[in-house]
Amino acid sequence: MTPVAPVVLVAGNPNSGKSTLFNALTGSRARVANYPGVTVDRISAPLTTKDGRIIELVDLPGTYSLSARSREEQIAVDALLGRGLPAPRAVVVVVDAAALGRALFLVIEVLATGVPVVMALNMSDEAARDGIAIDTARLAAMTGAEVVRTVATRGEGTAALAAAIAHAAARPASDAPFLDRPDALNLDIAELEAAILEERVLDRPGAARAWATWLLLSLDDQGGDDLVGIPPRLRTLTLAIRDRAAAAGRNVDLEIISSSYRRVDTLVDAVVRRSPGTSRSLTDRLDSVLTHRFAGGVVFAVVMMLVFQALFSWSEPAIASIESRVAGVQALVTAAMPPGPLTDLLVDGVIAGVGNVVVFVPQIGLLFLFIGLLEDSGYLARVAFVIDRLMRSVGLHGRAFVPMLSGFSCAVPAVMATRTIESRTDRLLTMLVLPLMSCSARLPVYVLVTATVLAPGARAGVFSAGAVLLFAMYMLSVAAALAAAAVLRRTVLKGPGATLVLELPPYRLPSVRVLIFNVWQRVRSFLVDAGTVIMALTIVLWALLSYPKAPAGTGPGDELRQSFAGRLGHAIEPAIAPLGFDWRIGVGIIGAFTAREVFVSTLAIVFDIESADAVNEPLRDALRAATWPDGRRLMTPLTGVSLMVFFVLACQCMSTIAVVRRESGTWRWPIFMFAYMTALAYGASLFVYQVGSRLGLGIG
Amino acid sequence: MTARPASLAALPIGGSAVVCRVRGDRAVVRRLLEVGLVPGTKVTMRRIAPLGDPIELRVRNFALSIRRSEALGIDIE
Repeated sequence: MTPVAPVVLVAGNPNSGKSTLFNALTGSRARVANYPGVTVDRISAPLTTKDGRIIELVDLPGTYSLSARSREEQIAVDALLGRGLPAPRAVVVVVDAAALGRALFLVIEVLATGVPVVMALNMSDEAARDGIAIDTARLAAMTGAEVVRTVATRGEGTAALAAAIAHAAARPASDAPFLDRPDALNLDIAELEAAILEERVLDRPGAARAWATWLLLSLDDQGGDDLVGIPPRLRTLTLAIRDRAAAAGRNVDLEIISSSYRRVDTLVDAVVRRSPGTSRSLTDRLDSVLTHRFAGGVVFAVVMMLVFQALFSWSEPAIASIESRVAGVQALVTAAMPPGPLTDLLVDGVIAGVGNVVVFVPQIGLLFLFIGLLEDSGYLARVAFVIDRLMRSVGLHGRAFVPMLSGFSCAVPAVMATRTIESRTDRLLTMLVLPLMSCSARLPVYVLVTATVLAPGARAGVFSAGAVLLFAMYMLSVAAALAAAAVLRRTVLKGPGATLVLELPPYRLPSVRVLIFNVWQRVRSFLVDAGTVIMALTIVLWALLSYPKAPAGTGPGDELRQSFAGRLGHAIEPAIAPLGFDWRIGVGIIGAFTAREVFVSTLAIVFDIESADAVNEPLRDALRAATWPDGRRLMTPLTGVSLMVFFVLACQCMSTIAVVRRESGTWRWPIFMFAYMTALAYGASLFVYQVGSRLGLGIG
Repeated sequence: MTARPASLAALPIGGSAVVCRVRGDRAVVRRLLEVGLVPGTKVTMRRIAPLGDPIELRVRNFALSIRRSEALGIDIE
C-alpha cells in the first residue's frame, strides 16, 4: 500500500483568484470528487516538492469566513480541523492583496486553528497599481505565517509558493492562544474547549479552541442549522453559554468577530502603505456605465440576449449532429445484429439513453462558458446588482436571474447554473421553480397543437391566433414561475437568510485555462451523476413502451397500444378525461417523460403515422379526425389550450428530475417538485377545460 | 441633540460615515459583521442600483452591495 500523501488545503475569499492559483500550482492534474454527504466538489491535485515528496493540495470552496449554518458551509471547518477528513499539515490562504482589510479576516480565523499557514498575496500587481504597498516581511513576522506574493494569472510566484507550502507542511501545529479577546469570551471559549477535549471530539487544544469558537458562532439557538457531527452535550452547552452571555447583555457573535477584525486592523495599519491620489480606477469608470440607470439597462439587455441567443441557436448544430450520430449508430447496430429483444434493448434503450444524456452537453457547455466569462470578468455580480430589486419581489436572489433566463432554453443546464447562488435556500428555491420556464423542448408540442386546432390563417385581431396562443403560453410560464417562487418562499422554504451580501469585484480578464477547466468539470459532473439516472430512466421508459410484446406481425401502433404504457394510458383516462384528454394523449404524455418533444413522436406511433414531426400534415390530419367513442371531436381548440397549459406547467422531464436530484443531493426535492408541478398542471388544465366547456367554448 | 442615530440607508452618494451598530436577524447581522461591517469601520456610499435598490458601499477597500432593508439596520455616526 502506498502511504497517503499529506494534505494541504487551499482556502480563500470568492474572487480572490483562488482557482486560478490552484491551477497554476498544480497544472491540469486536478481530480474532482465529492465531499461525503453533500453536493460540494472536492477538487484535489498532487504537488511535488523540490525534494521529491508528494503533497495533496485540496481546493476548499471560496468563503469569507468559517462559520456555518448548513452542512455545505461546514465542510470548510471540518476539513481544517480534520473532522472525518484527513487533518491538513498546512493551509494556503489566497488573499486579494488589494483588499487585505477584509481578506485577513479569514486568515485570522485559519491562524486561530494553529495549523501552519501560507498567505498568498494574490493579484499583487493590481494592488501595486492601486498604490497599495505591503510589507510582507512584517506581515509574516506579526502572524507567524509564510507570506508569498503571487500573480496567478501570469503564474508569478508559484515556485516560491510551492516552496513555502513544503516548508509550512513540515512545521508542527501550534496550540498557543492567538487572539486577544475579552475576558468573558475567553472564559466561555475555555469552558467549551474543555468539554470538547473531554468528549474526545478533537485531541489538540488549539483545534478544540478553534472549534469552540466556531460552535459559538455557528450553532443556531432555534435549532435552525443543519450542522452534523456535534455531540448533543456540546450543542446544549454551547446554547447555554450563549444564553448566559445574552442574559448578561453580551453579544457573543459581535465579540468574536470584532476581536478578529481588531487584529486585522492592527495588521493592516502596520503593513499597508497607501500612496495617495491614485486616479479613478478602470472598474470605477466601467461601473459608471454598466450600472448606470439607462446605459446599464441597455448593456444588461444586450448581454442577456446574447446568452439567450447562444443557448437557443448556437447549440442547435451541435445538438442536431449528436442526434444524427446517435441515429446513425442505432441504424448500424440494428443492421448488424439479429432482430430480437437484445437488439431492441441496445438500440432503443442503451444507445437512445446515451443520446439522451450527451444531447445536453452543447447547452451545458455553452451556458457554463458564458457564466464563467461573466463571473470571472466580474459582470455576473453586476447582473445581480442591477436585477435584484425585481427578483426580490418574489423572494428570489439577484443571482437567480441568469439560471431563470436559461430555463427558457433548457432546465437541465439552468438547474446546474444555480450553483452561482451562495445560500442553499435561495438555490433550492430557484431550482424548484425554474422548470416552469417554458423550455425549447415544449415548442414542438405547442407547434403541433396550434397547427392542429387552429384553422390556417386564423387571426386574433392584427396578430395570428397561433402567435397569440404561443405568447400566452410563455407569459403563463413566467407568471407561474414567479408565483411559485413567491408561494414556496412563504411556505416550504421560508425563513431568513434571503439576504443579499454581494461583493462587486474589480473587472478582470478571465483566465482561459480556468474557464475551460470549469466547463469541463460541470460537463463531467453532469455526465457522471445526472447522466446515469437519465440513462436508467430511458431504459425503464423504453421497457414501458415496448413490453409486453405483441404477437409477431403487428404494427408499431398495435404494439404500443397493448404495451404497459398503452394500458397505463387507458388506466389514467378517467383521470385525464376531465382535462379533455383521451387515453391516446395519455400515452403521449407518458412518452413525453423522456423529453417533452417525444410527445409528438409517441402520438405519431399511437395514430399509426410513419415518422412524424411537429409540422407533419398526416399527424395533424389524424389528430383533427380523432374522436371520442361517442363521436365528439377530440382535438377541439379548448382541448388544445388545455393540453398546452398542461405542458407549460407539468414536470414532464426525467432529465430535469435527475439533475435536481444531483444538485440538491436528495430525492426529496425532485419528488416534491414533480408533485407540485403535476398538481399545478392538472388543476390549471382542469380549470381551463371545465370552465371553457361550461362557457360553450369546446363545441365544434 | 442627535438622540437617534442615523441609518446607513440615509447616507447620500459619496458620503462617508463610521458604523456604530448592526441590528437585525442574527444570521444577517453575523454575515454583515463577517464581511467587515464591524463597529468602528468606515463606509462610503458609492452607488444605487438602477431600480433604486440595492446599494453599493465601499468598505475596507472593496465594493460591497447590500439591500436597503439591511442598510436600515446599520447605525452610523
